[in-house]
This record gives sequence, C-alpha cells and structure tokens, in this order.
Amino acid sequence: MDIKKIEKGIVELIRKAEIELPEDVVTSLKKAYEIEEGIGKIQIKNILENIDIARKTNRPMCQDTGVQTFFVKIGKDFKDPGFLKDSITRAVITATKQIPLRPNTIEPFTHVNYKDNVGDFIPAITWDFTDGDTVEIFAIPKGGGSENMSKLVMLKPGEGIKGVKDFIVKEMISAGGNPCPPTVVGIGIGGGADLAMKLGKQALLRPIGTSHPNKKIADIESFIKKEINKTGIGPMGLGGKTTVLDVHIEKAPRHPASLPVGLVVQCWADRRARMIISNDGSWRID
Amino acid sequence: MEYHLEIPIKKDDVKKLRVGDIVYISGNVFTARDSAHQLLLEENGKIPFDPSKMALYHCGPLMKKVNGKWEVVSAGPTTSSRMELFEDSFIEKFNINMIIGKGDMGKNTQKALQKYICVYASYTGGAGALAANNIKEVKDVYYLEELGMAEAVWIFKMEKFGPLIIAMDSHGNSIFKKTTKFDV
Repeated sequence: MDIKKIEKGIVELIRKAEIELPEDVVTSLKKAYEIEEGIGKIQIKNILENIDIARKTNRPMCQDTGVQTFFVKIGKDFKDPGFLKDSITRAVITATKQIPLRPNTIEPFTHVNYKDNVGDFIPAITWDFTDGDTVEIFAIPKGGGSENMSKLVMLKPGEGIKGVKDFIVKEMISAGGNPCPPTVVGIGIGGGADLAMKLGKQALLRPIGTSHPNKKIADIESFIKKEINKTGIGPMGLGGKTTVLDVHIEKAPRHPASLPVGLVVQCWADRRARMIISNDGSWRID
Repeated sequence: MEYHLEIPIKKDDVKKLRVGDIVYISGNVFTARDSAHQLLLEENGKIPFDPSKMALYHCGPLMKKVNGKWEVVSAGPTTSSRMELFEDSFIEKFNINMIIGKGDMGKNTQKALQKYICVYASYTGGAGALAANNIKEVKDVYYLEELGMAEAVWIFKMEKFGPLIIAMDSHGNSIFKKTTKFDV
C-alpha cells in the first residue's frame, strides 16, 4: 500500500471540504433564497455567490478553516490500518501550507500558535470499526463561531423529550445571529456527558434533508426545526424565515438517573467531504 | 436606503445611517479581534496607525505570502459579540465611527454608538471568498509576530465593500432587538 499516495488523498479530502459544499447544502440554501425577502435574501445571495467564488477560485469559502475534525470508520477486513493517525496528521500539516488553511491551533496557556493546525489530540479524530474491507474518512472542519454556541445539559429524566425540545429552542434563540445562520443543528441524546456531545457532532455527518430512520425521532427533528424557524432570527440574525436548514438527532441509551443532551451547532458552511480507501490503497472522494 | 461611502466617514453621514440601510464602503479598514482589542487598549504610547481614519473590521483573515507580499485568501467577519467586553472603551479611545462584523452586539456597545456617533454594520458571516474580492490592497500588518495571522491587525484597502447592513445605528436602534434575545 502506497501510504504517501493516501496522504495526498487526505490533503485532497480536506481541500474538497474547505472549498466545495456538498450538493445537499447548496440545494437547501437555494431553497432558502427562494423563500427569503429583503435583508434575509441579500444574506443568502451573498452566501451563494461566496460558494461560487470559492469553487471557481479554488480557495476556502470561509477564512475560519476550522479545527480539523475527522470521523473514521475502519472495515474489519482492511489490512494494516495503523498508519492512518500519522497520515491524517501529516496531511493536515501539508494542507495548512498548500490550500492554505488558517493556523487555528493555539496553546491555551501560553497563547502560542502552533501554526500547523495540529497539537495534542488535534486533529480531532473519532475512530470506529465497521464491516467490510475499506476505510471511510469524513472530514468536517469545524469553525469557532458556531462551535461556541454548542452546549451540554444534564436534564432530569422527568423533564423528558419536552425538556429536550425546550432546551434546544431556547439555546438557538439565545445564539441568535452568532453561529452564522441558517445553521444545521446536531443533537445528541443519551449516553453520558461526553457521548451526548460526540453524538451531536456526529449528527452533522448526515446530509441535509435526511431524517432519523425512527419515525418518532424524525418527527421531533421536524418539530424543533419548525419551532426555531418560527423565531424569525433568519439569515445572519438579521431577520427572516430560515434560521436552521435542518435538525439532526442521534441517540444512545441513557443512565436511569440521567438525560444528557448535547447541542452542536454548525454554520451554513456545513463543510463535509468523504473519502473511501480500498484495501489495495486506491482511494476516491465523493 | 442605500449608501456608497468613502472612509473616513463624516460624523454627519454616520448620523444619517439607520438600521436596515444598505451600505457599500471604499477606503481603509483595520482588522482587530479579541487580542488586538486588548493590546491596543493597554497601549499607552503612540500606536503605529490611526484607527480614527479607518473602519474597524472584526476579522481574522486567511492570508498567504506570494513573492514576499501578503495576499488575502479569505476574509469574512468574525463573531462580534466576543468584542463586547472591550468595544465601548475601544470606540471612546480610538474615535471609531464604523464597526463591521457579524451577529449581535450588546448594550454597552449600543450606548457607546450613541454617545460617540458610530454604527455597527453586519456583513455576511462565512462569506470570506466574496469579501476577499473587495479587498484591493493589503496595506500593512501590525503585531503579526505577537498575535499570529488571525489576531494580527491587518490594514486593507476596500473597494465597494458590501452590501453591509446597518444593524445598530447611532440613534439607539438595533435590528437584533426583534430577532434575538441574546444579551452579552
């Protein structure tokens, strides 16, 4: 297996995520353009123009190129996956120079910028195993403005799903224009404190327009989406009909005493790209 | 109303601007985020540029150096509410009359906008590639070594930068009062 070639592929994966939005996001923004008026419409027009310019001039759509975040699923029959962590890290360093990416890793105590977008635990990689003999890597570079609106709450189980809905809607009202709406809202329910947040982020991997396979959960997603869009916060908080593009929920069982809810907010730049590596080392990005 | 303004903007022109107006600006802006606000406020001596002659842009740009010269890759606004901590003192000390950013700002900024005749204009967050198109020249950079690329003070010459939406004016009005319950 040619590891150098795979590393080049990971650089291309990051490039694709930073420069080109997935089709489902663009389609959803175009729909928003149709229904918005006045100042809200101007914002969506700017966003669509920006998407176009970024793609044509081959540059990151937003100056905040984010924290480099990856979700990796390794097929159980994939040979020797041990190189992946080092390769993803090296690809981030290369991408920072080549694309380029804004240096976004700051040492919290000394404020020193590492300048290469890596550091302890960064890139942030979530590992999982699955069936098959391929590796799937999702790149979701995550911007700071929307991430700052993320929140965890440990509800009392007695507050139930109504408590979940109230918490999310209240938080999104309070976030207002800060996370660059129209946003995508990822919600993790259950697990523990850490897992709820992780599931909230993982929920962002789902394309816009897809619902949870469980009908009851899908209905809750759709209810929360409607409630947030009723607020009138609108594009960039300047007023309008589209405050969220979609709401995605992922769940895990909860402890009898706990009802953790993790809210992860993603800006309109719902950056996502996927790479599949085959057992012979060849790869493709879609 | 739609306005095309040259920077520095005259106080009388600032007073004309009302929430919801659309503005395009030409002239110099300086970028400052959290660290640059802190640093400039703590600076007792002379600073190397005159902020009162420029608009303040809440922005941490993505830059690259080509043949020894800085070029803008992507330069949209950053979340302005983080600067609420310093903005009233900053407006007072540096005689700022236009701030460009994104998202809501709080009560202290609103009061300072009225007291010192200044406006807060919103540009589309995340539209970094589009904004870069309106930056005609990178004139200078200060504090790059201390603060790094995103936090440094960059001086950009803008041409017809907009559409900016007047989100808070110098008469105590805010576009966010209806849309947001956020209060910093």
